[in-house]
Amino acid sequence: MGPMTKLLVQRISLGLLLLLLVSVVIFVGTMVLPGDVAQQILGQSATPEALANLRAELGVDQPPVARYFEWLGGLLTGDLGTALTSGQSINEAVGRRFSNTLFLAVSAAVIAVPLAIFLGLLAVRYRERWPDKLISATTLTTISMPEFVIGYILMFVLGVQLRWFSPTSVGYRPDADLFTRLESIAIPILVLTLVVLAHMMRMTRAAILNVMQSAYIETAELKGMPMLKIIRKHALPNAIAPIVNVVMLNLAYLVVGVVVVEVVFVYPGMGQYLVDHVTKRDIPVVQACGMIFAAIYIGLNLVADIVSILTNPRLRHPK
Amino acid sequence: MTDEILKVRGLKIGATIYPPGEKARDIAIVHGVDFDLERGKVLGLIGESGAGKSTIGLASMAYGRGGVELTGGSVEVNGRDILKTGIRDIRSLRGGEVTYVSQSAAASFNPARKIMEQVTEAAILHGKFGRKEAEERAVTLFRKLGLPDPENIGERFPHQVSGGQLQRCMTALALCPEPDLVVFDEPTTALDVTTQIDVLAAIKEAIRDTGVAALYITHDLAVVAQVSDHIMVLRMGDMVEYGTVDQIINSPKEDYTKALVSVRSIEHEEKKPTSEPVLKVEGITARYRGTNFDVLKNINVDLHPGQTLAIVGESGSGKSTLARVITGLLPPSAGQITFNGRTLTPDQPSRPLEDLRELQMIYQMADTAMNPRQTVGTIIGRPLEFYFGLKGSEKQKRIQELLDEIELGSGFQDRYPAELSGGQKQRVCIARALAAKPKMIICDEVTSALDPLVADGILKLLLNLQKIEDVAYLFITHDLATVRAISDSIAVMYQGEVVRYGSKSEVLSPPFDDYTDLLLSSVPEMRLGWLEDVLANRKMESAGN
Amino acid sequence: MFVRIPVAAMLGLFFTGLFFFIAIFAPLIAPFGYDEVVSQGFWDPPSSEYLLGTDGIGRDLLSRMIYGLRTTIWIATIATILSFVTGSVLGFLAAVVGGWVDQALSRFVDLIMSIPSLIFALVILSITPITVGVLILVMGFLDSTRVYRLARAVAVDITVMDYVEAARLRGEKTGWIIFREILPNALSPLVAEMGLRFIFMVLFISTLSFLGLGIQPPQADLGGIVKENTEGLTYGIGAALWPALTIAVLAISVNLVADWILNRTTSLKGGRG
Repeated sequence: MGPMTKLLVQRISLGLLLLLLVSVVIFVGTMVLPGDVAQQILGQSATPEALANLRAELGVDQPPVARYFEWLGGLLTGDLGTALTSGQSINEAVGRRFSNTLFLAVSAAVIAVPLAIFLGLLAVRYRERWPDKLISATTLTTISMPEFVIGYILMFVLGVQLRWFSPTSVGYRPDADLFTRLESIAIPILVLTLVVLAHMMRMTRAAILNVMQSAYIETAELKGMPMLKIIRKHALPNAIAPIVNVVMLNLAYLVVGVVVVEVVFVYPGMGQYLVDHVTKRDIPVVQACGMIFAAIYIGLNLVADIVSILTNPRLRHPK
Repeated sequence: MTDEILKVRGLKIGATIYPPGEKARDIAIVHGVDFDLERGKVLGLIGESGAGKSTIGLASMAYGRGGVELTGGSVEVNGRDILKTGIRDIRSLRGGEVTYVSQSAAASFNPARKIMEQVTEAAILHGKFGRKEAEERAVTLFRKLGLPDPENIGERFPHQVSGGQLQRCMTALALCPEPDLVVFDEPTTALDVTTQIDVLAAIKEAIRDTGVAALYITHDLAVVAQVSDHIMVLRMGDMVEYGTVDQIINSPKEDYTKALVSVRSIEHEEKKPTSEPVLKVEGITARYRGTNFDVLKNINVDLHPGQTLAIVGESGSGKSTLARVITGLLPPSAGQITFNGRTLTPDQPSRPLEDLRELQMIYQMADTAMNPRQTVGTIIGRPLEFYFGLKGSEKQKRIQELLDEIELGSGFQDRYPAELSGGQKQRVCIARALAAKPKMIICDEVTSALDPLVADGILKLLLNLQKIEDVAYLFITHDLATVRAISDSIAVMYQGEVVRYGSKSEVLSPPFDDYTDLLLSSVPEMRLGWLEDVLANRKMESAGN
Repeated sequence: MFVRIPVAAMLGLFFTGLFFFIAIFAPLIAPFGYDEVVSQGFWDPPSSEYLLGTDGIGRDLLSRMIYGLRTTIWIATIATILSFVTGSVLGFLAAVVGGWVDQALSRFVDLIMSIPSLIFALVILSITPITVGVLILVMGFLDSTRVYRLARAVAVDITVMDYVEAARLRGEKTGWIIFREILPNALSPLVAEMGLRFIFMVLFISTLSFLGLGIQPPQADLGGIVKENTEGLTYGIGAALWPALTIAVLAISVNLVADWILNRTTSLKGGRG
């Protein structure tokens, strides 16, 4: 086994181990309170029967370890459990909403990623001049705003005042044609793009600058190569890994942004589902959604690591 | 038309600096330098750090690193002023007419691309050769430069060849497009001394065979004397002296040049060992945690009171690891150390304060050896307070005495390390070690980060202090000239073992073992023809074997 | 010592100062109580009496925002201090002591940070009672992982310096090494980071309140006030935008200040003059 395969196997098993530990953390996280969970959920005015029912439903009478393994077993076989509030299967609800969320996130990523890389390159090209300064000022502004603030400002201006797009996504239907679907989530896409764009641009700029300041770029300059050729032949091969890293990190960030944006625009996705059930204290749903979000987050970081292992010349061409 | 390839007149170079909390301001790095270089000749540019030698070298390619700008004068290459031409002309000049060899080939090669692609890139780009011819020429150059397996080495990636080999590849890269002029910027400085000699010889031969002109930039006069026709001595952006190699080496006119030529010629009479050594290292074997080989193998050396034991070796020989074992930072796996008649415990935290006090250390990088947030007074005062409980005026008085001993005035107490020069910083570190009134000081490459003249001052100071304070030095260095200047006994280390050990006169007199012979003969000497002599000798030896 | 302050930093300092001043003296500045219904109507437009108009149930919006700002700043400050103290003490400890302490703490932090903060907070808040104390604890704990990483990295950079080794070889105790050798050199990057952590806390608490999982009515922070007034937006009433903009201006001003401190300290650290 080459050093690269070894590292890859190592990194992937580490990711799986992390996922397992995260499941423990999430499970324990929903039991942090001493005392009666059922009482917490239903409040002081609950009837004894309701409390008893809920206790049975939650399986509080069983030891925590047994409950954990039962839950984990369910997760591994693809059974997310049953929602307390509706009594319906979580799988079904999540299945529908997950694709909606994916659609929103992917649409935003398709715009944000190339744009961020392009603007990052632009900032490097015109470093310390006005395009760079403008970009960093915008970055500072958007980084300082929570997603919902950007969301409402755009909703008010573009949706309510100018009436360019529908202000909320209430009318979103997954079975409508692509154009209609995109129209109803135009503002959320824009919000998410803005939210991740700033970070991604800033980090892309830093990653490329780091490469451009290497001695081998100076060597290329002293060979009399034109700038574009230097970027293509010398900078890019070494910048792929850091840029992929930036992109993955920001897609992970997007996952969190989606939660808030869905609530703002009343979009029927995973995020809204999660927040809704946190308010209702529906623990099985919260656990399942938390696990899915964490898994995506870990998965994206894992992809970044794998790419940087695959593109490392020292590992690709061992001595 | 003369056959001048490079004609520099009144060259002025400046840079913009950004001091913290102040407005950016412009400073001058080079204040008007003139010189000519004829086709096929080699001009050595020599000077200490800050002399502007690399900046001048890069100016011949119309290139300024960072915020450096060419502010005045003219630089003519092949008869046209490159400071006045457009970027297109400059591009055809760079990599075509003038090429560059940097100090660190490891950083200057793109890690993601094969050596051959990078070596032939400029020649193909400038239309000097087609791909096939360029690759043939590269292989010829690889062979000429003594690289192993010249047909296939180009297929490797930079991290797959050694540092010395990569430096030769960089020379091939510079020579491949058949340039008129090559700028060599400290090409052998980062190499070990035994590697340096081979690379130096390869470069010299390649210059001679291809008939290319060269600017050879270095801080080491002995090195430049081997490859140059003329030498220009620079100091703080001004030319000090210009002449043929023979004139500069054998009859320098300026005081500064004289000082550079006579550097490291300190005379030091060897002292005979006394009865009882202050430090006895017996059978020390050590390895780092998580590794499976010994970095030190059965080391036995003694150091006598008030004397100096030099530990000499190249990088990776284990000499600095020995210092870590003695100070207790790396407990050995076998062997024992006796200090001042007492056995030292293997790990530092368990040692009594008395042992810690009597065994002090001075580091290579004075910059990182002093807390930047403490004043010189605090730095020197802390051991006084910590070991002797000195306070108030008593402490102040002692600090002042120590500052006087290291030849720094009274104004230094309240200064911060950032306000001192390199040599001054190292002096403060010496004072801090002396403040503990130690029996022995470990000096780890204390002069190797300093310019030669400053280093000389530090060595003289150390010798002088040894007489006054009667302190023993364990002097770790890779530089044999320093060893000659300061030691009473010498241990030569190679791959974790002491290969030769004895008094200075014994170690430095024949018959030598193979490694010591190689090491000693590789140290550049400040005379013409030294390189040829050594190479001729080695050939004879190998023929004799 | 006179230092030239750039315009951006000056603006940042001014607004940061103004916001803190308002937060501290809120009861003296606000024309009405935070929960005082002053008008029969709802979403009255701005007038000389109600400078920013009234909210959905006829409370003076400006007064409510002034108290909201006070709540936001107060919670963010306490949570920042909590996260900072926990994170930096543990981070320094890990760097100086090393060994299994470092391993255990660092791996634990890796684990916590592999779950997005907001998601983690939602998971915990699904079961705990939502009170100010719990919110501060949750936010402080989650954020301390970031401070821990930074403090550890900064301290590790310093502990490998020869002057720290020199202090160890001299026989100095851990206390001297942490407080006299490491801390003075680690302070400036940490102070700049503190500003960024504060912003993060402002955004965090605002987001939680906006989602209905932060400050509970009738109390409100800025995020909560946004939530209360969002319904108006669809009718073209911009009341929700005022608290939203206030959050943005607060975060931007603190960011400008932190940026300025960071730039100053990095140029202090920069080797080249």
